[in-house]
Amino acid sequence: MKALTFTLVAEPPERLDLSPLTPERLAGIERRDIERIQIGMSKHGSKVGDIFRVAGNDPLDIVFEGGSARLDRVAEGMRGGSVRVVGNAGAQAGRAMRGGKLTIEGNAGPHAGSGMRGGRLEITGNAGDHLGAPLAGELAGMNGGVLIVRGKAGAFAADRMRRGLIAVLKGSGDNAGSRMIAGTLVVAGGTGEMPGYLMRRGSILLDRAPKSLSPSFVECGAPESVFAAIVDRHLIAEGILKRPLLGNAPQKYGGDNAVLGMGEVLFPR
Amino acid sequence: MPNVSVNGIVIDDTFAEAFGMRATAIIITAPNRKWARQAAITMTGFATSVIGCGCEAAIDVELPPSATPDGRPGCRVMIFAMGTDELQKQLLNRVGQCVLTSPGSACFAGLEGSAELKLGSALRYFGDGWQISKKIGGRHFWRVPVMDGEFLCEATTGLTKDAVGGGNFFVMAESSAKALVAAEAAVAAIGLVPGAIVPFPGGIARSGSKIGGKYKGMIASANEAYAPTLRGVVRSELGPDINAVLEIVIDGETNDAVAAAMKAGINAVIELGPKRGAVRISAGNYGGKLGKFIYSLKDMLP
Repeated sequence: MKALTFTLVAEPPERLDLSPLTPERLAGIERRDIERIQIGMSKHGSKVGDIFRVAGNDPLDIVFEGGSARLDRVAEGMRGGSVRVVGNAGAQAGRAMRGGKLTIEGNAGPHAGSGMRGGRLEITGNAGDHLGAPLAGELAGMNGGVLIVRGKAGAFAADRMRRGLIAVLKGSGDNAGSRMIAGTLVVAGGTGEMPGYLMRRGSILLDRAPKSLSPSFVECGAPESVFAAIVDRHLIAEGILKRPLLGNAPQKYGGDNAVLGMGEVLFPR
Repeated sequence: MPNVSVNGIVIDDTFAEAFGMRATAIIITAPNRKWARQAAITMTGFATSVIGCGCEAAIDVELPPSATPDGRPGCRVMIFAMGTDELQKQLLNRVGQCVLTSPGSACFAGLEGSAELKLGSALRYFGDGWQISKKIGGRHFWRVPVMDGEFLCEATTGLTKDAVGGGNFFVMAESSAKALVAAEAAVAAIGLVPGAIVPFPGGIARSGSKIGGKYKGMIASANEAYAPTLRGVVRSELGPDINAVLEIVIDGETNDAVAAAMKAGINAVIELGPKRGAVRISAGNYGGKLGKFIYSLKDMLP
């Protein structure tokens, strides 16, 4: 079987909802019928065949050749298999993923990995605001799985995160890890203002001291930490980082004491 | 008896008889080898025999930093008991009192088994609400605040029902000094076999026992047939040349581990030779009717 490949013919004339094009939802569907699925979100109402040239037949291995910031909701809700975007993706890439592997070889828009529960999402470029974060009205953001951004992330990365691992390797915008419920956020390359703002529990692991913290964070010393060693080794073993992030005895700040105050911000001294 | 002689040492034509047990293993790490060993030795103290200790436990192997989950020196400790409930109880009591308390320690699962035993998921309550749960790479850890930082402990460890306890052999020599030298050589060799422990003091038991006794309530009592001071008084198994018998008791993760350990130990005694060590090797059994596992000494020869 050959990878089911959607090759972008031209820049789409409208925003597209690609959530029907996941391994689960394409299983057992003929190529003819795939080409008839409506994905356009405006009055154009484009169908798959209008936008992409479709080739291959393995729905567990889906490739989008050529990207665009208009490709929204790529691999939404996927549970297994693999989806690869060669190019940029739009909003909500990998939203509510439960398993499988989504790779975006380019930039992703806002709300990438929003509400993820499992699987692995890797973005080689930058991600927009609200990485892994909930949509308006939802109570929790990312709830499991691994989300890696090799470039930068926008503001509010890991907002209301509850479980899982987010790693941003070239810096994040303001309020990274805001309102975290639990889980682990790794940011190398610096954060914007006030990481961990109103976090309840969870770990924000940085490669340097944050330039600002909410005044309701308190300094908690720097005892030797086996947890730091475990995380460092895991990040290297998974190919996420090349060098240890925290070292053996990272500096700890505890907070946010404006709320529960059981979270932590760790960084090497 | 058609006993054979190898390198001048008589090998009795007999067998060791062993039983199925439940076992678990954990990996203890610490800032250095000394403290990893200290925590491991403390938690395996008073764990020689299930008869009086509730479990049998010892260090299986020492682990270099490259082989532990956190990159620090460590020990793999194995614990054996007759039932799952007792094993669970012993594991939590011992880790809670001896590893949690040991400076700089951390504790990880050391076995993937058919079932799980609680480890950090029970010890976390020491944190009194300040404990932190972390799932890293599919493994679940608890971080418990302690006075030198944090005690990190994996939530569960594995349980195996394929473990074997009671593999054994007797090292018989002309003097107690020679018996001890031979037994020490056997223990050193068994130490290199992964998945097998020798739970008695230094790996050696001098009070090998028989089942029951003449006094009510004795589960085990003196094995007079192998006591040199009773030679001639009772029906003795000892010839006139034997003045000391030491027993090596082996528990293993699997049948194969016990066999490998017996082989390693016996071969070490044989290699030492009769002049410096033992003149005869035998083994303990109950006629082959009680234990599920039989290890014939003639299968263990080089």
